[in-house]
Amino acid sequence: MSIQEIKNQEITSSQGADSAIEMITIIVDGFEVSVPKGTLVIRAAEKLGIQIPRFCDHPLLDPVGACRQCLVDIEINGRKFPKPQASCTIPVEPGMVVNTQLTSPVAEKAQKGVMELLLINHPLDCPVCDKGGECPLQNQAMSNGGGESRYEGVKRTFEKPINISSQVLLDRERCILCARCTRFSEQIAGDPFITLNERGALQQVGIYEKEPFQSYFSGNTVQICPVGALTGASYRFRARPFDLVSTPSACEHCASGCDMRVDVRRGKTLRRLAGDDSTVNEEWSCDKGRWAFKYEHRDRLTSPLIRNESGELVEASWPEALAHAAHGLSINRAAVLVGGRSTIEDAYGYSKFARIALNTNDIDFRSRTSSDEERNFLAALLLGKSVTYLDIDKADQVILLGFEPEEESPIIFLRIFKQVRKRGLKVSALAPFTSRGNEKLKATVIKNVGNEVEDISKFALTNRSVILVGERLAEVSGALTAALKLAEQSGAKLAWIPRRAGERGALEAGAIGNLLPGARQVADPKARQDIERAWGSGPLPTQTGLSTDQILDALHKGEIEALLVGGVDPGDISASAIDGLRKAFVVSLEIRNSAMSEVADVVLPVAAVVEKSGSFLDWQGRARKFEAAVTNSLHRSDVRILSILADEIGRPINLGTVEKAAKELASFGDGSSDQKSALASLSADQAKIKEPGKNQAILTSWRLLLDNGSLQEHEPNLAGTAHPCVAVISDDRANRLGVVDGDLIKISNSNGEIILPLQIGDIDPRAIWIPRNSENSRPLLALKSATHSLVSVVKA
Amino acid sequence: MNNESNSNELEPLNRAERESHEVIDNGPSGFASQLKGFWVTFRTMFKKVNTVQYPEVKEATAPRFHGRHQLNRHPDGLEKCIGCELCAWACPADAIYVEGADNSEGERFSPGERYGKVYQINYLRCVFCGLCIEACPTRALTMTNEYELADDQRQKLIFEKEDLLAPLRAGMLLPPHPMYPDADDQTYYRGEVPGASPLQENIAEPNK
Repeated sequence: MSIQEIKNQEITSSQGADSAIEMITIIVDGFEVSVPKGTLVIRAAEKLGIQIPRFCDHPLLDPVGACRQCLVDIEINGRKFPKPQASCTIPVEPGMVVNTQLTSPVAEKAQKGVMELLLINHPLDCPVCDKGGECPLQNQAMSNGGGESRYEGVKRTFEKPINISSQVLLDRERCILCARCTRFSEQIAGDPFITLNERGALQQVGIYEKEPFQSYFSGNTVQICPVGALTGASYRFRARPFDLVSTPSACEHCASGCDMRVDVRRGKTLRRLAGDDSTVNEEWSCDKGRWAFKYEHRDRLTSPLIRNESGELVEASWPEALAHAAHGLSINRAAVLVGGRSTIEDAYGYSKFARIALNTNDIDFRSRTSSDEERNFLAALLLGKSVTYLDIDKADQVILLGFEPEEESPIIFLRIFKQVRKRGLKVSALAPFTSRGNEKLKATVIKNVGNEVEDISKFALTNRSVILVGERLAEVSGALTAALKLAEQSGAKLAWIPRRAGERGALEAGAIGNLLPGARQVADPKARQDIERAWGSGPLPTQTGLSTDQILDALHKGEIEALLVGGVDPGDISASAIDGLRKAFVVSLEIRNSAMSEVADVVLPVAAVVEKSGSFLDWQGRARKFEAAVTNSLHRSDVRILSILADEIGRPINLGTVEKAAKELASFGDGSSDQKSALASLSADQAKIKEPGKNQAILTSWRLLLDNGSLQEHEPNLAGTAHPCVAVISDDRANRLGVVDGDLIKISNSNGEIILPLQIGDIDPRAIWIPRNSENSRPLLALKSATHSLVSVVKA
Repeated sequence: MNNESNSNELEPLNRAERESHEVIDNGPSGFASQLKGFWVTFRTMFKKVNTVQYPEVKEATAPRFHGRHQLNRHPDGLEKCIGCELCAWACPADAIYVEGADNSEGERFSPGERYGKVYQINYLRCVFCGLCIEACPTRALTMTNEYELADDQRQKLIFEKEDLLAPLRAGMLLPPHPMYPDADDQTYYRGEVPGASPLQENIAEPNK
């Protein structure tokens, strides 16, 4: 189960097995077609290849019949509807005979009439409209409209365009009132911040005055708008569809594993659209995946850098930089930190490089807290059955442990929300407070900071339940073990959801101290022999490697003197990480200038995701392959550079191309069978937190989807829809401090302070919650602690 | 005849050989025929000369000759180009590159929302077919009669927007500047803007 490709066919067949589907046969334009009961006429016609024009109809939204463009002639058992009917709202019935515009002059005339009316108030500004060239209205006016308009009056005009959020622009003149955007916001995202106002010719999409359109999914409304009424601010007037070269790609931001489409013009990404993968993201994506890509072309490294005698980084040639890096890594005891954003092939490159070129198991992909318990938990997790989005669809209950889906893996949020809306799926969460995401999921929130381990064992689950464990649960010692035990006892499915796209892949590639590629245990001599044979190498290091925290400790103590890092922000690990790095010889593989460049001795530029091929393993353990969208880039993938560096050291890893790395990794298969030793080594003690005093609180935090993340830089429109950066405290505490919503409070400990506006929320009265990596709130740097520590809270 | 009888027995002569034989066989000779040839030359000496001493002397082209393109302006100096890329779309030689951008109140180059920020025509590729002119929805792009489009460097033959923009005439203001008072893009397209108003000039000052 190391890399699982889930085939669409299997899924449809397994769904089919759940219930026998009744088929209904109807006649469309003289052809018979059999479709499942409940299918809409418009989709039955699609099955025959007959396209009925439409605007409001969308397969993933509830039918509404708003645009009236899909009118067809219908008769049932010989009785004819007196007027043409909207085929997007009528389900098939036995004995139905449908005549579309192809065979019925009545339907054709009706459609032309509707089109003429839709175009009466639609401005003729196609030349300046972003949708021009890929516009369903343009296309269908050509294919199904009348040739000329008989309308000679003055068109209705509105002010254009208006911002409904910093990233979505609304041109009300162009709107044809199909209600796709409002239905999406309400039915799919659960953020009903836009609605149709007014009536008649003045009907328009509007926002609530008091609540801004701050949805993480607003970009989808731009993609599904059938005219140019909603456009994205960052793509405005940038290109025409015929300029763009589209490449299917994968999203590099989180572990949801979305299918994306990247549109490139002259070697530059201009926009990204959600791809269509019904087993993962359906047709949606979050705004971060859609708009956070400007990092690709800002402050990129173009040549290798070497730190000279005077301590400055200067440009160097590749041979010079590689020789310098190889020398530094081979004469010192070295370790590897992989970041968590690598493709599986790159992670495999790091993994093999550490074992062969550096002869060490000191490698870790976690640039965050990194407990041994988590490492053992992950090893044990790989033995279990994999969990997929479809298990969420079928679950009787979903438990969220240390996991805030809307912020940390938005597509999982959409999936759960869909089931909550459709069949009232029961959701429970273990969290410090009822966040907006939890409210939307109608989740039962267990708010008991400091007693997580105890609470986890209290859940009553069945074998159809799904436990979703976020990476933050590792911050509570004993909690992961408790979750694993809960899953074993109840038979519920357990999934681990890291925040970053590359973590699951790095785990399978063995970029961690206790595992070798293919989920083999380092401690198992037979597993080591397997790998030695496959690599044709000498004996591999036998000692289980250090974790990220331990590597940094060793750097401080001088036990490790050299470090190879691939895209790590030291500020993600701890406030003091940078000091340890200063002491060591650091070789950094980076796409841009970063905090790591300040301490690196050699910086080697590598390719960004659009410039390379590879694959990301999502939280399901399913690989999404992608090819380079920018094909003429001079940058190379990490694995290729590691291979050259290993040659330079004199211990080759022979991974010259991404394809070779992928093939070699796939050949290992699954080595995790019959290893049950991992569980035994887990401990289940939770460190007790002292009860907070009068002006004290237990600090809790997580990262917001839109925050100070380095891949979101240079995109102010996107940042404009970030959730407000506030500290959440209980009603009780607010009364005690004598403060109200919006007042500033000071959160401090002996290391520093953070001042934030407050928001009163449904939170554990002993706790306080703040964002982990937002503009004014970076607790890991300011307070040297991000969670589960005591802080004092006073009015600022 | 001789040739034909030979060809029955031997390899047939190829065309060049046959023709050279014919010239030798049939070519006229003598002073009279030479005089006849030189008479054409002599007679032409007294005809009106068509040759012009280019580049010292230049003749006007036909009025609708397809020459270098020009990006036109509205009477007040704002650009007509809205950056829609329809010219680039129509171009069969892929010679035109356009990037659109937003007009803002502080920096306006054309009436309406959009203007052409980057506009390039590659005269190494252009075939002067004029399809771009037909595609232009605002009559921003037209062709002049200028035909002197040769240079010694390939880069110089990619014309930028500055090279293509029509010169400022009397009554025009150099953009960016605001629209004519109380006018909108529709007014401009209907040709109702007479020329720059002093009000535009006042506001245009700080932008320069």
